Amino acid sequence: MKFRHPLAHEKIELQMTPMIDIVFLLLIFFVMTFKIVAAEGDFNIKMPLARPDSGTPDESLLPPLKLQLVADDEGRLLADGIRLNGQVFADFEGLHAHIRGLIGDDAGPGSVDDAEIEIDADYQLRYNHVIDAVTAVSGYVDADENVVKLIEKIKFTPPKPPPTG
Amino acid sequence: MRFKRHEEARSDGDLTPMIDVTFLLIAFFMVLINFTEADQNELIELPTSVLAKPPESPLEHPIFVQLTKNGTVILGGEEVPLSGLKPYMIRESEFLRLKNKSAADATVIIRADANAAMGKVQEVIKTCQDSKFEVFALRAEEDIN
Repeated sequence: MKFRHPLAHEKIELQMTPMIDIVFLLLIFFVMTFKIVAAEGDFNIKMPLARPDSGTPDESLLPPLKLQLVADDEGRLLADGIRLNGQVFADFEGLHAHIRGLIGDDAGPGSVDDAEIEIDADYQLRYNHVIDAVTAVSGYVDADENVVKLIEKIKFTPPKPPPTG
Repeated sequence: MRFKRHEEARSDGDLTPMIDVTFLLIAFFMVLINFTEADQNELIELPTSVLAKPPESPLEHPIFVQLTKNGTVILGGEEVPLSGLKPYMIRESEFLRLKNKSAADATVIIRADANAAMGKVQEVIKTCQDSKFEVFALRAEEDIN
């Protein structure tokens, strides 16, 4: 048998060209598919189907909160459309400040856990106003970028029939 | 001084730094690529909220219901009228029962368009409640200011 004697100075040359081809291909693929997508988050709502005998509210010390959102035919919020237990608010900032005063960050008589709000929105109202309302009542972002929770129990009234005509 | 004739013939530039940088770029884009787009639809423009933060842990049994501004729902990539939601939810709850789970364990993630009517969203919730689903999540886009 004949072995070829390895030369001392012979080096195995790596073929770089195919690797660079593939690497550039991958790079182009990832650059093309790259898209900045804003992060998405959820508002959790636990809402079992209301039973007829569940009329009594929970053992909460706070009065039940009922937020009414009134819309015009186009789905826009009316100027006096934000009503919390009958009290009219000009905007969601005002509502938020009121809720914050009501609930408080400190453990007062109404702690965060047992506050409950029911949102009664008109059929035509656009969904983003509802999300604004949910944002206003459910918490805020403090100076350190932490989310402080206010009301966590959010429910909706049963759906209303669509307006006729 | 001794020259190696053989190697001196190729006067290639040094490829190592370029490959380093290229691999770095590939790694960067690979990490940032978002594969969860399959359940997000271009038709839907989510409302924004400063409180919308991505959840820390993925939900156990998510069921996506997407509501367009025309009042149709997108279920599993297919656009159907709102009446098509009921059989879908019944099927989902049957499926959960086969896995020894009840409908109350699942989370219905509602991705509704910002301009959808609230009544439609409530109809979606009502339809899900009729199939014994209890936990809902209203999805919003993070507001970047």
